[in-house]
Amino acid sequence: MAVIHDVIPAFELFQPTSVDDALALQARHGAKAWVLAGGLDSFDWFKDRIKRPEVVIDLSQVKELRGVRTTGDGLEIGAMTTLTEVVRHPMIREKFSILPNAAEAAASPQIRNQGTIGGNVSQDARCWYYRGGWPCYRAGGNICYADTPTGLNREHAILDADRCVAVNPSDTAPALIALDAKMVVRTPKGERVVDAENYFIGPGTDITKMTILQPGDLLTSIRIPSTWAGAQFYFEKVRDRAVWDFALVNVAAAMVTSGGTIQRIRLAANGVAAHPVRLTAVEAAVVGKPRNEETAEMAGQLAIRGAQPLQYNGYKVPLLRNLVKRAIRGTAA
Amino acid sequence: MLLVGGNLNLIQWAQSPWGQQIPTHISWTLLWVSAIGALLFLIVHALYVSIWAKPAHSAASSGASGAAAARIPERVPRHNLSARLFHAIMALSMLALLFTAFLPKVGVQFPWVTYHWIAGIVLSISVVYHIFDAFLGQDFWSIWPDKEDIEDAGRRMKRALGQAAPEPRKFAKYPLENKLYHLVVMLAGLSVIATGLFMMKRVRTPFFPRNPYLFSDMTWGWMYVLHGLAGVGFVALVTVHIYMAIRPEKFFITKSMIFGWMSREKYLEHHDPSRWPVAEQVPAAAQPESKKAPA
Repeated sequence: MAVIHDVIPAFELFQPTSVDDALALQARHGAKAWVLAGGLDSFDWFKDRIKRPEVVIDLSQVKELRGVRTTGDGLEIGAMTTLTEVVRHPMIREKFSILPNAAEAAASPQIRNQGTIGGNVSQDARCWYYRGGWPCYRAGGNICYADTPTGLNREHAILDADRCVAVNPSDTAPALIALDAKMVVRTPKGERVVDAENYFIGPGTDITKMTILQPGDLLTSIRIPSTWAGAQFYFEKVRDRAVWDFALVNVAAAMVTSGGTIQRIRLAANGVAAHPVRLTAVEAAVVGKPRNEETAEMAGQLAIRGAQPLQYNGYKVPLLRNLVKRAIRGTAA
Repeated sequence: MLLVGGNLNLIQWAQSPWGQQIPTHISWTLLWVSAIGALLFLIVHALYVSIWAKPAHSAASSGASGAAAARIPERVPRHNLSARLFHAIMALSMLALLFTAFLPKVGVQFPWVTYHWIAGIVLSISVVYHIFDAFLGQDFWSIWPDKEDIEDAGRRMKRALGQAAPEPRKFAKYPLENKLYHLVVMLAGLSVIATGLFMMKRVRTPFFPRNPYLFSDMTWGWMYVLHGLAGVGFVALVTVHIYMAIRPEKFFITKSMIFGWMSREKYLEHHDPSRWPVAEQVPAAAQPESKKAPA
C-alpha cells in the first residue's frame, strides 16, 4: 500500500542529450526503463514505491525535444516544452488559444513551470486505488476496486468503461484533439505520426496503458496543423478546487461558423473516460445547425448518450451535458 | 506485480488490500510454452509417422466376412446433423475465444472482452446442448475409453517397442486417441466455462450486475489461474486437433465430421463391426420390387 517515504529508492539515472541516445537507452533497457519528462507524475510513483524502475531516462537534457517551431502547415511543439512555455508562446496564443487556455488550467504555476506538454498528455490515471498500489486491473490484477458497490468512484468514468473505470486526467489532451493535432512518436522502427485522438487508448484495448506508447517508444513532438488556426475556441474545466486540481470534467471545442451556422467543429471531453473522448456524434449532429440554444441543448443530450454512471459519479452526466451545451453555445450558462 | 510460483514463476501473485498474498493470473509465458510444446509435438509426430510408425492393423483382418461386409452400407453414418452442427459451433466459438484471449497478449490490441464473453456464452450453450444430446440422442458410452481400449493400447505400445504382443483389435466408433482427447477437452472445457461464467460477474454484461466481491480475492485468484491454465492448454489442444484433422491418414475422420459418414472401406479398414455395429443394408435381392433400383 502507498506509504510516503522521504527518499526515493535508488535507480540508475541516464540523462541523454539527443533523441537517438534516449531511444538507444530505451532499446538497451527495454521495459525496465522509465522515461522521465517533467517528473510530476513519475515522482509520485517513485516516492510511493509503487513503481520501482531500475533505470530512469531523464529527457531534460534533450534540447531537440524543447521549444515551439513553425512548420509549413502550422506548429510543432517539442514534447519537453513546459506547460508555461505553451501558455506564453505568442503564436500559440494567437492562433490556437484553446491550447494555452487548457495548459493554463492544469495544476499550479510551479507545476506548469516543470510539467511538460508531452508529460501532460502521457500521464497515468489518478484513480487512488491504482495510485495506492492496489492490485487492480490497471496494475495487472483482476479487479477494479472503484467499480464495486462500496467503491469510492466520484471522479471515475461514465463512458467507455471496460473493467477499469479510471479516467484520463489531462487538460491539454482534449484541446489537442479539438485542434486535430498529430502526435509524433519515435519507435525502434522509425517515426510514427498519430492523430491525437488515436494516441490515447481505453482499457478495452490495453487495460494497463493510457496511450499507444510501448516500451522503446518516445513521444517527441506534437504537430498542430493550421486547419483550425483562428477558429472559435471553447475550453472549460470543472474541478473541485479552482486553484489547483484535476478536472472532474473538461471540454474543448474548435468551431468555424458562418452567418451564425456551424460549418465545422471538433469537440472533445476528458475526465469522463479512460481516454479523452472525441464527441463525433455531437459534431455530426451540429454541423449545419445554427449556433443557438436549441442546438446546444440537442448537443448536450447527445453527448451523454450511453453514459453509465457509477455509485457516486452520477453528477458527471449533467456536468458533461451542460459543458457540451456551453461549448456549443459559446457563452456561460 | 510480484511474480512467484516456484522458481518457474508460473503464477503471478499480488498483495491484496488486506495484506494477503493472492494469485492473480498465470504467467503469460505459459502461452508460449503451450504453443511451442504443441509445435514440437507436431514435428515429433510427423517424423514418427513418416519414419517409424507401422500400420495399426493388418489389412487382412477386416473383422467381417465378405458377405457381412457386403451388407455394410457404402456410406456408414458416423455423426448425425446435430453432432456436426454442435462441433462446428463449438469449434468456431473456441477459435473466437482463443483469438480474443491471446491476440492481445501477443501485441494485437483491440477491445476484446465483449467478443470474448459472447463467444464464451455461445460455447457454454453449445456444450450444454451437447451434454443433453449425448445422453439422449447419441451413443453416450462410445466416446469413453473402455477396457479393450486400454488392453489394445498396451499391445500397440509393446509392438512399437519391438516386443511380442497379440495384434490389437480394430477400434470401436472412436480410436482411443479420440477418446482421450475428448476427455482432456471436456475437463479443460468445463474448467474454462465454469470459471468464465463466474468471471462474467466481474465485467459489465446485460445479464446481471457486476459483483467482484462474490468470492474472496483468493478464490477469484485461483479461478483466474484455472481459467488461464485451461485457456493456454487449449492453444496446444486446438493446434494438435487441427493438425490431426488435416493429416492424410486421418482425413477420412475429418470428412465424416463434415459430411456425417465414412466409406465402407474406411469403416472396415479401421473399425471393428463387432465393437461398432452399424445398421446393415438390406441386400438388393431381398428388397421388394418397388424398392429395387432400375437397371
